[in-house]
Amino acid sequence: MATKYTKEHEWIDIDGDIGTVGITDHAQEQLGELVYVEVPDVGATLEQGDEACVVESVKAASEVYAPCSGEIVEANEELADQPTLVNEHAEGDGWLFKIRISDMTEIDEFMDEAEYKEFLKELDE
Amino acid sequence: MGQDTEQNLKTVPLADFHRRMGSKMVPFAGYEMPVQYPAGIIDEHRHTREKAGLFDVSHMGQAWLHGTGAAKALEKLVPGDVQALPSGSGRYTMITNDAGGIVDDLIVTNWGDKLFIVVNASRKHVDLPMIADASSGMAELEIIEDRALIALQGPKAAAVVSGLAPVCATMAFMSAVETEISGIKCHITRSGYTGEDGFEISMPVSDAEAITEALAGHDDVMPIGLGARDTLRLEAGLCLYGNDLDEETSPIEAGLAWTISKRRREAGDFPGASRILGELADGAKRRRVGILPEGRAPARDGTAIHAPGGDAIGTVTSGGFGPSVGGPVAMGYVSTDHATAGTALELAVRKNMVPASIVKMPFQPHRYFKG
Repeated sequence: MATKYTKEHEWIDIDGDIGTVGITDHAQEQLGELVYVEVPDVGATLEQGDEACVVESVKAASEVYAPCSGEIVEANEELADQPTLVNEHAEGDGWLFKIRISDMTEIDEFMDEAEYKEFLKELDE
Repeated sequence: MGQDTEQNLKTVPLADFHRRMGSKMVPFAGYEMPVQYPAGIIDEHRHTREKAGLFDVSHMGQAWLHGTGAAKALEKLVPGDVQALPSGSGRYTMITNDAGGIVDDLIVTNWGDKLFIVVNASRKHVDLPMIADASSGMAELEIIEDRALIALQGPKAAAVVSGLAPVCATMAFMSAVETEISGIKCHITRSGYTGEDGFEISMPVSDAEAITEALAGHDDVMPIGLGARDTLRLEAGLCLYGNDLDEETSPIEAGLAWTISKRRREAGDFPGASRILGELADGAKRRRVGILPEGRAPARDGTAIHAPGGDAIGTVTSGGFGPSVGGPVAMGYVSTDHATAGTALELAVRKNMVPASIVKMPFQPHRYFKG
């Protein structure tokens, strides 16, 4: 299944009921070089929109919200020592966490890549 | 960002230069200021520590205080010794209020026939009327609106500046000269806000672009935004007004007793003297300290400081990532009985209690040129 995007500048790659979540390249560019990433605890159960994770640049700490409800099944532990993986590969090796999606209808509202690009264009205007 | 709208933001004289350099502009203290350039905060920070960084600080308040009574007049507001300041020298001091709190911190330089005063951009609307009032009948305040202020900081700053103004090579830290750069008369002090050797250059607005280009054209010079200015000063253990100093905080709590001379202590003739002298004698209830968090999580201003497993004992006032330290650094205020270097602390960073310890500041050694 293709990658989906949220208005909060997250991406989610869905495989069965497992979604791999990260921030978009646009988001990492806006944040600047990351100095710390606080990933969620594995086993945590989150509602859609709950704070899942914190990414910090030199300037500020920013929350990353759970794009959908579910249980955290894995977190990217590489980021503890290498937060800049998010800058280098935001939509790949810089993934943040994997979530077991509890309500697949929540992902219907997400954008596909073309729609997200359009959304970014509108933000620019 | 913030509540400033574009309409009421003032622009600095070098706004075009910043845009040409690709700066990201943000509102700061009523001005549209560069927060970073394409290199980014971390590279800008490292460049300043390794070579030379160019900072536009034209938003700061500059003023002359004219007249033979100028030093006496300023001493009505500050506990620093201004009368003993030799011609061609500058000094760090602060305006205090009657409760012993700090109204602003500032640099005063003796130019012989007048004092040169540089105050914080965010406080100039408070300070300058106070100085004008205090000077009434003794000295005359002239607010400077037609001069830009540029800082060049870092180990290569002296080579770059003395390439354009040779007399600067031998200046000592906190000394001042009037000299020409590219044929334009400038007021130069060997000072700064990074912990590095460096200079602050006051120049006419009409020539600011040309002089800035002359400095920025050097291979070792990179323009630096407010983002790196903050990480550099934090690693240097220098206070930011509004974060680390405010109208409730005394110079003694802030660890700035060194700015108050023996003569001023004996005379006790400055605002808030009863509290400040009392704290000098008996100690203050709380103290500004350097804090080194363990791990990588930055502890930002407002973070509660606890004794390990125990009560809250203070608050972080400045904190973040120190690029030269390579990890988080912070400063804050703790009750004096927990203020000794080596004391273990815990910092309430979101849901975690992060272990930390009190350390001596600066986090990066100062490299001022003592001559």
